[in-house]
Amino acid sequence: MDSMQPNPAAGADAPSGPCGTRVVLEGRGVTKSYILDEIEVKALCGVDIQVCEGEMLAIMGPSGSGKSTLMHIVGLLDRPTHGTVTIDGQDVSRMEPNELAAVRNKRIGFVFQAFNLLSRTTALANVELPLVYAGVAGAERTRRAREALERVGLGERLGHMPNQLSGGQQQRVAIARALVTEPSIVLADEPTGNLDSKSGIEVMAFLQELNETGITIVLVTHDERVARHATRAVEIRDGVIVADRAIEDRIDAAAELVALGGGA
Amino acid sequence: MNLVESLRIALKALGANKVRSALTMLGVIIGVAAVILLVAIGSGVQGEITGQIEGLGANRRFVFPGNVSGGPGGGGGGGGPGATIRKQFSLEDANLLQRRLGSEAIVVPVVQAAGTLKAGNRTVRSTIAAANENGDDVFNADYLAGRHYNRTEYTTAARVVMLGKTPADELFPGQNPVGREVSINGERFTVIGQLAGRGGTLSGDQDNQVYMPTTTAQRLLSTRDLSSIIVKAVDPERVDLIKAQTQQFFRPSFGDEFTVFTQEQTLGILSSLLGTLTVMLAGIAGISLLVGGIGIMNIMLVSVSERTREIGIRKAVGARTHDILSQFVIEAVVLSVAGGVVGIVLGWAGSAALTQFVPTEVTWWAVTLAFFFSAAVGIFFGVYPAWKASRLDPIEALRYE
Repeated sequence: MDSMQPNPAAGADAPSGPCGTRVVLEGRGVTKSYILDEIEVKALCGVDIQVCEGEMLAIMGPSGSGKSTLMHIVGLLDRPTHGTVTIDGQDVSRMEPNELAAVRNKRIGFVFQAFNLLSRTTALANVELPLVYAGVAGAERTRRAREALERVGLGERLGHMPNQLSGGQQQRVAIARALVTEPSIVLADEPTGNLDSKSGIEVMAFLQELNETGITIVLVTHDERVARHATRAVEIRDGVIVADRAIEDRIDAAAELVALGGGA
Repeated sequence: MNLVESLRIALKALGANKVRSALTMLGVIIGVAAVILLVAIGSGVQGEITGQIEGLGANRRFVFPGNVSGGPGGGGGGGGPGATIRKQFSLEDANLLQRRLGSEAIVVPVVQAAGTLKAGNRTVRSTIAAANENGDDVFNADYLAGRHYNRTEYTTAARVVMLGKTPADELFPGQNPVGREVSINGERFTVIGQLAGRGGTLSGDQDNQVYMPTTTAQRLLSTRDLSSIIVKAVDPERVDLIKAQTQQFFRPSFGDEFTVFTQEQTLGILSSLLGTLTVMLAGIAGISLLVGGIGIMNIMLVSVSERTREIGIRKAVGARTHDILSQFVIEAVVLSVAGGVVGIVLGWAGSAALTQFVPTEVTWWAVTLAFFFSAAVGIFFGVYPAWKASRLDPIEALRYE
């Protein structure tokens, strides 16, 4: 998808974001409303959000605040009722579903609270899935999927089905799947929500490690402590952003693991 | 995503629900097997009739007493339509006709009637088919044993008979009947020949016949009449000339009260009737294939709603509309084509098993038609559920519980 490469002109003109680097993902005036029993319910009311290249942004808020809706919209899984979403300066909010699918496939990796792995499908085949739709075939596809699984420490469990893996391992498969197309952005929606605390810390350690390799990460959580693994936090309440701050006391998940006596 | 990929995914999904897939296929299996079987029976019977026509040759003309208006109606076996008969043929007519036509044609006087055969304490109802020494030209059959009656036996009205397969089997099971005695309508006859079986046909059971000289039959039945006269042209090219001469011969004494026609005409009509019947049967069987297709659609709709979440996951990681569409269409097509192949095999086996009762012939066109029709059923009934799946909103699908 040539059209999805950063537009040089737009890139040069792109205003640097709240953390000083280029803005890779931007929502402007994003409104999302649903009709429930003939009553219009607003999940988001004109949110402006910018995600800078290489940062790890936490979107925080209680359940029902609209944080997941916002993530889905900036992740191109959902469309805003009003407002625009741009990736690398290109407006994607009016794209066709198939174009959006191509952008998601190439640029964005997803990690969900419920893992969302295909059941009765091996870890390897699950990780291969985005490559299937990217048109990568055969040995090349298997090699890249295996490498991604090795990267999350599951090189020994390629043939395991999701139900043969622990929650933490399943989430690592999901992370491998998010990484396999080498996206520039990874969106994680309550990635630790279904995990015990040690597995949760392991997952956060992986996300921090990814972030250090230059991948932009957007993390949606209601948990203050999880949010402290990020570099910046945006707080949303009733569909409106109420706070936007840099994280001062960032938690290093790897150090935390060492403190727990485990190690990844 | 290419076809191989889609096929792999489809097979995996179908394998995950083996019983359900098998039951869904069953509808198509039954439909396709029914189409193959019914068409096989239809074509088999038609083929046999065509074979008979070819066996008889195109150079025969049948002359029946009475004017059969509106085409031949009496059929090859009967004594002609009774209502219009005013005058009967006699042996004299046949002999005079033979003399008129000379060596250009062979004239065979035919008597057909029902008779009861007895040998020891065994009895069988059969058809007496009488001709002259050229009867072989009319009832062309293979001999298992013995011989045809000769000219002398014909002129002397000898009490000799040849048995068809059925009376031979009934009266002398497992034995050679040649040289044995049978009684027909209370009179005693010597068996001089036994014919091989030819199978039943729609123009009558040709095996359940007993053959004897026309003169013998006339004496047995106390009649001077003939059922029909068969005229065979020696040179097939001259058959129309022979027909014209035959008509000229009969006109002065019979007026319009005789009918000349070919057996092909009767069989041709029968054959086209059977063709229509075959198409009708195939149509009825086709309806069951349609029902099978609706079964596929039903199960695909269930499958799509069960796998909404899977569709959501696939879309989230980059599946486009046509990827999902082709995945589900191919799944439906695999179901219907697999069902079609199994149905073809079953239909084939079924018609092979039926051959001992009914002539069957599995035609390539019925197989091809059934195969492509089942594939078309899969595509037709698979497209709607697949379209539904492909239109799912990724986030709605992911939220689906």
